Amino acid sequence: MSLPQPKLICRNVWKLFGSGAQEFMASHPAPTLEELSAAGLVGAVRDVNLDVRAGEIFVIMGLSGSGKSTLVRCLSRLIEPTSGEILFNGENLLAASEARMIEIRRHQMGMVFQNFALLPHMTVVANVAFPLEVQGIDRTSREARARQMIELVGLSGKEDFFPRQLSGGQQQRVGIARSLAVEPELWFLDEPFSALDPLIRREMQDEFIRLQSVLKKTIVFITHDFDEAIRLADRIAIMKDGAVVQSGTPDELVLSPATDYVAEFTRNVSKAKVVKVASLMKPAGAGLNGIAINAKATVAEAAPLFAEGNDVLRVQDDAGKTAGALYRSDVVDMMMRG
Amino acid sequence: MASPAPTIGAGSSRLRRMGLATGTGTLVAWVVALLAFGIVWQTAELYASWAQEYPKTWMVPAARWVSAFMKWLVNEASFGLFTFTDLTRFLAALVDTPYTAARSLLSSGLLSGRGSSATQVLPPLSWIAVVGVVSLLGLYAGGVKLALLAGGCFLLLAVFGQWDSAMVTLASILVAVPIGVMGGLLIGIAAYRWPRFEEAITPLLDLMQTIPVFAYLVPILVLFGFGPTAAVIATLIYAMPPMVRITTLSLRGVAQEIIDLGRMIGCTRRQMTWRVLVPSARESLMVGVNQVIMLSLNMVIIASMIGAGGLGFDVLAALRRLQIGAGLEAGLAIVALAVALDRLSQGFARKLSQRSPASEQRGLVARHPFTLAALVLILATGLVGLAVPAVQAYPPALEISTGTFWEEGVKWININFFDTLEALKNAVLLNMLVPFKRFLGELPWLGVVGLLAFLGWRLGGWRLAMLAGVLSALIAATGQWEKAMITVYLCGVSAVAAALIGIPIGIAAAERDRLWRWVQVVSDTLQTLPSFVYLMPAVMLFRVGDFTAMIAVVAYSLVPAVRYTALGLQKVDAGLIEAGRAMGCTRWQLLTKIKLKLALPEILLGINQTIMFALSMLVITALVGTRDLGQEVYIALTKADTGRGIVAGLAVAFIAIIADRLISAGAMRAKRRMGLV
Ligand SMILES: Nc1ncnc2c1ncn2[C@@H]1O[C@H](COP(=O)(O)OP(=O)(O)OP(=O)(O)O)[C@@H](O)[C@H]1O
Ligand SMILES: [Mg+2]
Repeated sequence: MSLPQPKLICRNVWKLFGSGAQEFMASHPAPTLEELSAAGLVGAVRDVNLDVRAGEIFVIMGLSGSGKSTLVRCLSRLIEPTSGEILFNGENLLAASEARMIEIRRHQMGMVFQNFALLPHMTVVANVAFPLEVQGIDRTSREARARQMIELVGLSGKEDFFPRQLSGGQQQRVGIARSLAVEPELWFLDEPFSALDPLIRREMQDEFIRLQSVLKKTIVFITHDFDEAIRLADRIAIMKDGAVVQSGTPDELVLSPATDYVAEFTRNVSKAKVVKVASLMKPAGAGLNGIAINAKATVAEAAPLFAEGNDVLRVQDDAGKTAGALYRSDVVDMMMRG
Repeated sequence: MASPAPTIGAGSSRLRRMGLATGTGTLVAWVVALLAFGIVWQTAELYASWAQEYPKTWMVPAARWVSAFMKWLVNEASFGLFTFTDLTRFLAALVDTPYTAARSLLSSGLLSGRGSSATQVLPPLSWIAVVGVVSLLGLYAGGVKLALLAGGCFLLLAVFGQWDSAMVTLASILVAVPIGVMGGLLIGIAAYRWPRFEEAITPLLDLMQTIPVFAYLVPILVLFGFGPTAAVIATLIYAMPPMVRITTLSLRGVAQEIIDLGRMIGCTRRQMTWRVLVPSARESLMVGVNQVIMLSLNMVIIASMIGAGGLGFDVLAALRRLQIGAGLEAGLAIVALAVALDRLSQGFARKLSQRSPASEQRGLVARHPFTLAALVLILATGLVGLAVPAVQAYPPALEISTGTFWEEGVKWININFFDTLEALKNAVLLNMLVPFKRFLGELPWLGVVGLLAFLGWRLGGWRLAMLAGVLSALIAATGQWEKAMITVYLCGVSAVAAALIGIPIGIAAAERDRLWRWVQVVSDTLQTLPSFVYLMPAVMLFRVGDFTAMIAVVAYSLVPAVRYTALGLQKVDAGLIEAGRAMGCTRWQLLTKIKLKLALPEILLGINQTIMFALSMLVITALVGTRDLGQEVYIALTKADTGRGIVAGLAVAFIAIIADRLISAGAMRAKRRMGLV
């Protein structure tokens, strides 16, 4: 099985804040944190390497100040990286001209902001249609498209409201609708739900999962909330002090955290709800029969099936072919560890 | 004692915060400086008279140079393709065309032919139409209340017989404000975009805001000639800088996310400016518009000195002839105009920020009810007015004049309270003003320059020392020292008085919500009043002289002292106050030990503003015969003596800059000492 092509590749990207960053980078190709602070520079992004594959949700997770926003702004080149390389569909973004960047951002990228960034003087429709207006698309077609997007995010009936007349959750739906209006290939979301209270946040996450199941975009999603990352991610990169400390699928992070820092996040997560059957199964001997479970199910979903006295379950892939065996002892072992 | 070290540390740091233990070094420096000053003062008189009074032979003939430069500008200067005179002609035409249009519309009617032989082709808008349109604007922007207020103010203009002058004034405001707003916006945007440009214009803006208007009236008079055009240009120079500043500030205040959004959706630079930044900042931009309106009105009187006509001219003429009644009436008419325009512009600002959902595609009548109503009103009254003169122009028979009433009132006060007022005035003059004036007059210029430089060095390092020293030395070198000292005396006495009155009011208001609301209403109103209005009652009661000037200046410069004090106190971190209360501080201790100390930087800025207000007012008080730099400029104006006017004007600006920089540096130091920055 070949993995989908990477849509966005980020190689050795650095972003240093402070005066003389460029010269410093030229003389110190790989500065340590100590060297940086001695030079009075802030290493907001340090030597980050990432591949974001087409159609996946790639989550960047880290505590406040760990450099997530800076990284995502480097990826869209809202901030100029100090050094490194960013390839979008194979094209080097850092070499693109101003005009080319405008072109790419207008048609291929969308972004959702933490504090919504809605224009206060425009109605919901006008806000959603704004990216199209900037492209010079005529009023009727852009408003028709905007209305579709508003319906998609479930805000029909609020088209003529102004942002301040909406709740936080509704405002962020407008932000989402706006970023989708141009049908971007690559969708950046910078802590889109962090400004919302927990119940609404949950609801918006569900909404987001629903949207993605329809849209199948390539997504870079920023969050500081590990639970949110686990819920949404195909793959996660965890950042600390500007560097990526580990990246992988939720299973990999939960089952084998690379550092204590990552382990700290995963400790309070119920592993059974995260880890997929496929990660825990053993190779199946010939002639394994009995109850079958899909390889993509979580261990928590598989657990009740052992209640009928089975010691082993047959794991099958989407096509129904046997992929492995899931043993009761492994499941119990993992559940005991929390 | 178990642990003496921390106790000492805490104690001394507290002392340092209180500014008591400034360190022995500082103390020594001060003693030495003051001793040196004393020695200069005492010995100069006997042995070195050049240090006491600036020698005539050392004078820099700056005034002559400036005059020669102006002559060169007007007669010879050229930019290659066009001469300087071409440029001024072009600027004049830029202002003149809209002004003529506005004036035809409001006051003179459409004329054919020039000068006195001109005949009216079309009459101006009838008074009913103007009052109606203003009311409609009020109704649109703020409902019935605003409509009544704005319409009422304009109706007063007609009833009190001020209509014709008021419309002339309004015409110049209607021209100055849009040009000022647009110009300020464009310059502000440019400053936001190009930091280099901003660096270049910031000192210019500083200068434009500190230099008294009088100083550039003279060159404008020389360049543009006497008349409304010159007046509008002077108004623009005065009213535009705040718009520039507010524009850059409010663009800078736009959230980074909004800017990111603009870039993310691929805005071009122009789209970014006009579609994203300016609309997002429009609420704070409206503050700038309001400022331009108010400042333009503030200029009305001064501008009439170079030919603005209208209400300003009426006030000025009445003031010169000491016709209190007539002057007050015209003054009140300006206030009425100011109130109406101020509230209208604020109404529009609010309207902008809380627009309700757009009413989509409906009929023409439904979409533009206000515009249509206004047009109908204008046409109808215009047509009827051709037949019925009372509709066109307010019938003079119905006019009310309060002039005699005011004059009688003043007479009555003067008959009954003359002795009391006179005693009060003399007491203050003899015990405060005159001794202080004499004291300042006797100081040796060299000593003062040295002391200012020393103060600058203590507060902000050698650069500030240079600034304070050089600027004050320049004042002496251009022969303005004596007048500058009188300026400092008048301004200083008034600022101290304003601070002594204003700060306690601010303290009282900060803790009492009801009182604070009242104070806000009153100070808002006071700030809408053009500055000379403060002069009128003072002149009525105390006639001309220093005391009158002082009263007017104090009244004018009181507001910032009150405001900044109250705001500073209210900004003090509630947590700290709670902590103080938990430690068992009494109310008085809370106020003196915590709040006032933390609010000190703000209060200092308030005093700074008070001084700036006082300086700008001094120029107006020149009308009542003070002998300071303001008077110097005023004389230069009447003689169209450019050099003299500019040099005296710059001297006022220098005083303002020295005071501003020293106090700001002091406030900054206080802040740093308290760890606020
Ligand atoms: N313009 C800037 N100038 C200097 N330092 C900056 C700038 N922007 C960010 N930083 C620094 O870079 C680091 C990373 O900031 P960043 O905003 O990317 O963090 P974040 O992970 O997005 O945090 P949060 O969750 O709070 O949004 C921080 O230490 C911050 O102080
Ligand atoms: Mg962030």
